[in-house]
Amino acid sequence: MLDKNGIAKRIAKEIKDGYYVNLGIGIPTLVANFIPEGINVVLQSENGLLGMGPFPFEGEEDADLINAGKQTITTLPGSSIFDSAMSFGMIRSQKIDLTILGAMEVSENGDIANWKIPGKMVKGMGGAMDLVASAKNIIVAMQHVNKAGESKLLPKCSLPLTGVSCIRKVVTELAVLDILPEGGFKLVERAPGVSVDYIRQATAGKLFADDNAPEMIID
Amino acid sequence: MINKVVAGADEAISDIKNGSTLMLGGFGLCGIPENCIAALVRKGVKELTCISNNAGVDDFGIGLMLQQHQVKKMISSYVGENAEFERQLLSGELEVELIPQGTLATRCMAAGYGMPAIFTPAGVGTEVAEGKETRNFNGKDYLMEYAFDADFALVKAWKGDTAGNLIFRSTSRNFNPVMAMAGKITIAEVEELVEPGVLDPDHIHTPGVYVHRIFQGANYEKRIEQRTVRPRN
Repeated sequence: MLDKNGIAKRIAKEIKDGYYVNLGIGIPTLVANFIPEGINVVLQSENGLLGMGPFPFEGEEDADLINAGKQTITTLPGSSIFDSAMSFGMIRSQKIDLTILGAMEVSENGDIANWKIPGKMVKGMGGAMDLVASAKNIIVAMQHVNKAGESKLLPKCSLPLTGVSCIRKVVTELAVLDILPEGGFKLVERAPGVSVDYIRQATAGKLFADDNAPEMIID
Repeated sequence: MINKVVAGADEAISDIKNGSTLMLGGFGLCGIPENCIAALVRKGVKELTCISNNAGVDDFGIGLMLQQHQVKKMISSYVGENAEFERQLLSGELEVELIPQGTLATRCMAAGYGMPAIFTPAGVGTEVAEGKETRNFNGKDYLMEYAFDADFALVKAWKGDTAGNLIFRSTSRNFNPVMAMAGKITIAEVEELVEPGVLDPDHIHTPGVYVHRIFQGANYEKRIEQRTVRPRN
């Protein structure tokens, strides 16, 4: 079973040289720490920055320079800054190659819910609805089951949707799964030490799993 | 050059009334019009509709106006950092319209570009789409979203000149330029107010034609919401 860093490490292997990438809040943010050596990637922060650098050294924080998670960050040589309309313009026009974001639920037809729990949590969708509606390549980083042990990979989302039929790949603490165009989760890789049966039990949506599905290689 | 300078925040916002619709620039606490917000709290206007990406935190930004129950309605994309906001929302004191961040920015842009509406795929198939016209272009569905109609836009810039030309600094730019374009009356507060000719015309982000009033701001706190650092080694 993977921890959060393990999920981030596995997702980092999906990033290719020359990609512009938008990382959501939470596990996706950790992906930046595991981008392989020698791969040139530009990170977009949708508040208006391409070329997001690491956190600043202590004492060098700049209140005017933050990422979409409101964290202090830095720029890099070659960074650029723009307004919010242009930021979502480049998202809508598919200039961003890969979007990685978290989810509360994903359904077997690629629907995603991650912005609202009626009566409980009303934080808002931020940029997530724009990203999932336009991105050509979206990877969801999430926990396979919730704290009560219930699957978050479902036949149909129970929470208000963020986007419809848009997710193609999910990486959880248990597995890498593709969502098939005709519907259903296809087991691509198992996390180290996790059996196919365990993944079957943790997946409420339709699962296509080969008993010989390979174990993922990370590091 | 036309002189847009007013003495300060209190004069700049003097005609904002109960029930006005305001746009407020900023992302989180970054690039927010701190001086205008303080003046609105002093003035005590109520029943405001505020269009702003976020709603501040409990004791800063728009949170200061929420504390005084000055806001009737918020139109935002993300409001997760404000406990008082959540309390007023759940108790029904505050009306909230949550909209996708790109839709928010583009509805501002549309107003500034003189376009009545835009089409965006954000929110298709979700509760955001309820009651909205959907159009299909090239096989994909899009929602029609209207340009905002705001009485005032309150923005914060780094530098500005007396003619109203603005330059923003780093990611405090965010929503400020598009909101500056969108207000019927746009009020800009700046960290440094200079004479015409000091700013290079090639470097202007917001041309002065969009700015009706400008003033030299004071005592910027520029609070950091999430101070994240890395060790030196």
